[in-house]
Amino acid sequence: MGRRLWHPGLYLALAVVLALGLAPGVTGGQGLRESMFTILMSVGLASSLNILVGYTGYVSFGHIVFFGLGGYVGFYTMTQLGWPLPLAALVGGVAAGILAFILGRILLRLRGAYFALATLGILEAMRAFVTNFSPFGGSIGLSLNFSAYRAYGGANEALWLTYWILVGLVVLTVVVSYLVRKSKFGLGLMAIREDEHAAEIMGVRASRAKTWALVLSAVIPGVIGVLFFFKNGSIEPSDAFRLNQSIELLVMVMLGGQGTVLGPVLGAFGYQRLRGYLLTSAIFSDIQLTIAGVLLLLIVLFIPAGAVGWLRRRIPRLKTVLE
Amino acid sequence: MSTAEPGREENMPEGTAGPLLQVDCVTKNFRGLRALSNISFDLMENRILGLIGPNGAGKTTLFDVINGVYAPDAGQVLFKGEKISGRRTYHSARLGLARTHQVVRPLSELSVRENAIVGACFGRKNLRLKEAGPVADEVLEAVGLAPLAAKPAGALNVAQKKRLEMARALASQPYLLLLDEVLAGLNPTEMDAMLHTVRAIRDHGITIIMIEHVMRAIMSVSDHVVVLDHGEMIAQGSPREVAENTQVVEAYLGRPEDAERLQEEV
Amino acid sequence: MDAGQLLASTIDGLIIGLVYGVAAMGLTLIFGVMNVINLAHGAIIMLGMFGVYLLFQTVGLNPYLAIILVAVAGLVAGLIMYVMAVHRVINAPPLSSLLSTFAVNMMIIGLATTAFSTTPRNVNYSLGTLEAGPVVITNSRFAASAAVILVTAGLYLFLYRTRPGKQIRAVANNRQAAELMGIPSTRVLAFSFGLGTMLAAVAGGLIATLFSFTVLSGSTYEVKSFVIVVLGGLGNPLGALIGGIILGVMEGIIPVFISVTWVTVIEFLLFVLILVVRPQGLLGARH
Repeated sequence: MGRRLWHPGLYLALAVVLALGLAPGVTGGQGLRESMFTILMSVGLASSLNILVGYTGYVSFGHIVFFGLGGYVGFYTMTQLGWPLPLAALVGGVAAGILAFILGRILLRLRGAYFALATLGILEAMRAFVTNFSPFGGSIGLSLNFSAYRAYGGANEALWLTYWILVGLVVLTVVVSYLVRKSKFGLGLMAIREDEHAAEIMGVRASRAKTWALVLSAVIPGVIGVLFFFKNGSIEPSDAFRLNQSIELLVMVMLGGQGTVLGPVLGAFGYQRLRGYLLTSAIFSDIQLTIAGVLLLLIVLFIPAGAVGWLRRRIPRLKTVLE
Repeated sequence: MSTAEPGREENMPEGTAGPLLQVDCVTKNFRGLRALSNISFDLMENRILGLIGPNGAGKTTLFDVINGVYAPDAGQVLFKGEKISGRRTYHSARLGLARTHQVVRPLSELSVRENAIVGACFGRKNLRLKEAGPVADEVLEAVGLAPLAAKPAGALNVAQKKRLEMARALASQPYLLLLDEVLAGLNPTEMDAMLHTVRAIRDHGITIIMIEHVMRAIMSVSDHVVVLDHGEMIAQGSPREVAENTQVVEAYLGRPEDAERLQEEV
Repeated sequence: MDAGQLLASTIDGLIIGLVYGVAAMGLTLIFGVMNVINLAHGAIIMLGMFGVYLLFQTVGLNPYLAIILVAVAGLVAGLIMYVMAVHRVINAPPLSSLLSTFAVNMMIIGLATTAFSTTPRNVNYSLGTLEAGPVVITNSRFAASAAVILVTAGLYLFLYRTRPGKQIRAVANNRQAAELMGIPSTRVLAFSFGLGTMLAAVAGGLIATLFSFTVLSGSTYEVKSFVIVVLGGLGNPLGALIGGIILGVMEGIIPVFISVTWVTVIEFLLFVLILVVRPQGLLGARH
């Protein structure tokens, strides 16, 4: 294998994603497919958030707004305009990207806590707005006629199709995440993260770079949103713009290791598995939130670099594999 | 020290007959406090300009105005004939202006090499990642940081961080380098090494402005000196002229040791 | 819609706004002193609510006296929380303290849900009502307003007239300089955090005397607190009070004119607008 193709970090991350994604294909089980859908969805959302939080250092509470808005736009085109799923998903992503571009122009001049609070405000404002927006069904939302699944050969086939599109999308997300990390663009983002003022003095066009990072991080959730709500059959404001979900994504990114490619993948997987375990376990289900809180606290206090970050520091030789 | 820096020819701005930098009646206020008052001077290529003055004289503020951190309230700054005052800092970097800071600002989580690569990539030549690598390596070699290339920048000691600031600035292959107290906190041996480096940089065709408090150093290395006090330019000229200027001596009279050193070291 | 109704709505909003304000004061104080956004703010408010409720239900203690006990408990809780979750990450990037306080939030809500479940609670302690023409106000609202004014006055007296208060302001201004002057910054930070949580707990107690609540009610007030803190200026307690009043009055008046569901949209757009256009808030940040 020539030097140009030697990217062990990427391969490892892809291997994990493909192992997760292809498993239901092997067993053919719907149950496994559903749990993998949830996990892969989180992987995609966390990886995209990592581009903003991990690479650029801008903490956002509002990442889910792209998931929700993209979901709504895609859903609308499917139910009101009768567009097929792939096209609707694309439009959802584009809509999220446009929102990100506009928000970027307004919000990215804010730093630190101010930016984080502003993203919170945007998420809440969007939810409140959509609740009042009749084309999107107001507080009741929109729902998909069951017959819509017939176009794809039935409900089961539609769900499998959605699943495979998600797998492909998440693979793409991981590749993009890796490419960004290894690119000049990504280096500029990380310079901004370390010291934005110094980065600008060195010639990094900070506002442009940050805006594109935000747009890039928004498109993927937009598409994922359409896929999720298509599978769900309906969409409503309280489901589409959950603040808790946004914060969970931050937890996943930190857990796995912010600023790496593999980190969000492992973090999302680990968090969802933990959550699933706690929810179903007899002893812990009552206090699952508490346990999760304790774990999160321990990680933040003692392993802030996350799993991947910690490993990279502990075993420097693994750095090329643990990107 | 290796002579691996980019060749002299590459550093000469093409066909510039006039001054490299023109500071023209620059004034800067901060909420009623006059930080800079009508500062004017020209700087020709390939010179070392020493910028001195008591603490709080406005030296770093002048740097901030030159490289675009602040826009002047009056006056302008021209770089190679082009107005750069009031434009964002990345613009001056692209034109070939680089700067170090009094309180160093390393990109801590990135490695030393990555720090230098950032300088090379986003500097005057706007290099691609692949091209930036060799430039970064050369520069690190020149400042003696090559053995530490893989270390995270945050793990360096102060003297090493200062050299990294310098390396980063050099990696952008500038025409003009602004050095803000590169000698502060160094012991005499380190200081001599740094001065040697500064001269070597000038010899490779880069123009330098140096803010310094270490009198003997700045007087020995500068071609030309500008003195600021309370935001005003009270003298400019050769080191000897400046040292004999009574106003300058008075400004430093609050620190008689400096005044003495001023006269001694020239 | 008539003038009387409008007046009643305004006064009601004003009073509720005062309570919002004291809730937000704790959040803004903590941010002003140590640049930390306490994401457990809502959980502490909720604990304040339940503290008063339990003392009232089990021991029959007058809610207003219970609030005093709850205040002390809030202070202690804050000190513990600071030592546990904030101290280690005080100089780390902002994401760390955001997530550590959020972790504490999860812990508190998790335990509270197990202990109290999500059934709504009520403190049935009535003081009667006051009528002045078209305006009818329950006396408990008056009591709450009086309590808020007392608390605010007490806070300002403390910050400006006592030595610990001045130390807090010094640390808020410039921690390094304060340390150089010999101020024990860790102790001051811990105490400030405790002060912030104390205010949140008091707010919770007052809210309990006015409305019914559940284990999850805290988060609504937390989000409102964010809006208020930005309106009034991050780090400015008086600004938080005024921001609270503005929000309360807005919430009271707007539904008179347009559908109540638009109130939230306006609130948050105002929130973002202020952050972008005047991030120091209407009154300017930092005391």
